Amino acid sequence: MSLEQQILQYLITGVTVGSIYALIGMGFNIIYNSTEIINFAQGEFVMLGGLLTVTGMKVLHLPLPFAALMAVIAVAFIGVLFDVLAIRPLKDASPITLIIITIGASIFFRGIASLLWGKEPYPIPAFSGEDPIPFFGAVIQPQSLWVMGITVLIVLGLRQFFNRTIIGKAMLASAFQPRAARLVGIDTRFMILISFGLSGFVGAAAGIVIAPISMTQYDIGIMIGLKGFCAAIIGGLGNFWGVVLGGVTLGVLESLGAGLISSGYKDAIAFGILLIMLFFRPQGILGKGKEDRV
Amino acid sequence: MKGVSFIRNPYTGFSVFTLALLLLPLAVTNDYYLNVLIFIGIHSIIAIGLDLLMGYTGQISLGHAAFFGLGGYISGVLSAKMGWAALAGLPFSILGVGLIAWIIGVPTLKLHGHYLAMATLGFGIIVFIFFNELVPLTGGPSGLTGIKGVSFMGFTFDSDLKYYFLVVFALLLSLFLSINVVRSRVGRALRAIHGSEVASSVLGVNVPRFKVAIFVLSAVYAALAGWLYAHYITFLSPSSFGFLFSVKLVTMVVIGSLGSIWGGIFGAALLTSLPEFLYIFEKYETTVFGLILVIVMIFMPKGLLRGLEDLALRTLASRKRRVGDQG
Repeated sequence: MSLEQQILQYLITGVTVGSIYALIGMGFNIIYNSTEIINFAQGEFVMLGGLLTVTGMKVLHLPLPFAALMAVIAVAFIGVLFDVLAIRPLKDASPITLIIITIGASIFFRGIASLLWGKEPYPIPAFSGEDPIPFFGAVIQPQSLWVMGITVLIVLGLRQFFNRTIIGKAMLASAFQPRAARLVGIDTRFMILISFGLSGFVGAAAGIVIAPISMTQYDIGIMIGLKGFCAAIIGGLGNFWGVVLGGVTLGVLESLGAGLISSGYKDAIAFGILLIMLFFRPQGILGKGKEDRV
Repeated sequence: MKGVSFIRNPYTGFSVFTLALLLLPLAVTNDYYLNVLIFIGIHSIIAIGLDLLMGYTGQISLGHAAFFGLGGYISGVLSAKMGWAALAGLPFSILGVGLIAWIIGVPTLKLHGHYLAMATLGFGIIVFIFFNELVPLTGGPSGLTGIKGVSFMGFTFDSDLKYYFLVVFALLLSLFLSINVVRSRVGRALRAIHGSEVASSVLGVNVPRFKVAIFVLSAVYAALAGWLYAHYITFLSPSSFGFLFSVKLVTMVVIGSLGSIWGGIFGAALLTSLPEFLYIFEKYETTVFGLILVIVMIFMPKGLLRGLEDLALRTLASRKRRVGDQG
């Protein structure tokens, strides 16, 4: 393989992984937009999505599409429960309290997963075969196309949801001005509930489409969740297209760095970018500078 | 101050605490328990520093395990690879970590809330990766061996009991310094920052400078603890300094009660000793730990110590009221 072909291969890998980061970052955005909470348990939704699909296939003997559907619905429900049990009881909680609660919840989810599924990695079969598709001297795994395709579908779907449906618009309204939203009769608590469900749904979907490539395991949530957060920060927290741009940028830089420099420092590259963004442009590439409110 | 209401004057508390720590080895003769006490002491030092940052300035750090690790590794590498004495490495640990914290702190502390949490977390993970990847220096994932114990002018701290007193000395020093920082002009400025950064800067408090200074101080506390840890177990492995340990440190401070130095020590004692005594539950440890974190935060957002205090006060008050109704 020539260097150009190698770089092309790294780019393909980068865009695939980056799509996943974008999906996970999207989950962060949905909750952030309605509550200004960073949900540190977002990565656990990803892990639960993959592992519940495994259970659906192995234990309940469902075909993959049904197992996947069951898993995303179950995780959406877990997201809703999480809101009802741990987030809603808090009134006027400080950011520190919320950070600690979502971290506690993520540790709890991980612990439960290690008890239920053990600590070994599980594969999910590729959605449509594993014959690589040649592409200008590099190859694309069919699953990569699934990953990219589903990411695009979900992003477009969410866009329609927030811009075209009454619930979506109500969610945006209650995020933007909770009091004004309540005054016009929007049930803001219900909107927050939906945002947790939706976020669980998107996270689980990310976990299912990536599992055929990278396997799934009880502890994948931390790292992949944090990368998703990096994607959201790079693009601009709360910004819809920003997170896609951020995810793909992160995926590509990471893949190039791992391939050309050193794979051991792969994660350090991602978090190095995170720090640089936070220090110099915390509003992200696409974010508009927000005035600090007093 | 309500947090220390049960001990009006912190110096009274300090004296009682000192006496208790010095007498404790009379009761604890078992080496295993002494070993647990040493770890509690080391963790308490980090918790005291982290509490200064979290409780008094309202900032959060999810990267303190990295400062703890750096404190240990700097002196540990000097000792294991270059044959330095433990005490010769101490200033390098302290100054090195202080410098790194300052470099990280200046841009980081411009950030608030979630952003700050993520920046410190990112820093912690990067340091953790370096511990793993700088194999020639740190030994990588398999660990760094051959770190020397502590000796001073011919006296070697070679038994658990002797090391216990070394840790107690360091703990008391940290505690004394913190009590004074909190009660000084600086401490009042810090509480003002916690109350409102804008209001305090209007009143002439140099907010960024104070925040960075406390961040550096709390990192230095962690470095001191790391140094004690490295030269006690004389072996370092990156897995002790990961993200989960940072979370555990934050939990110690939060469970103990934010903004109360004693709370930090209580939290460190609780979280360090629980797994040791509940080893039967080893399998469930992390799950239970996560659950405790969520439950304490929901029902006692001011921490276990203060939460229990409030609960006791409320029960007392309601009992009094009931007695009053009957009478």
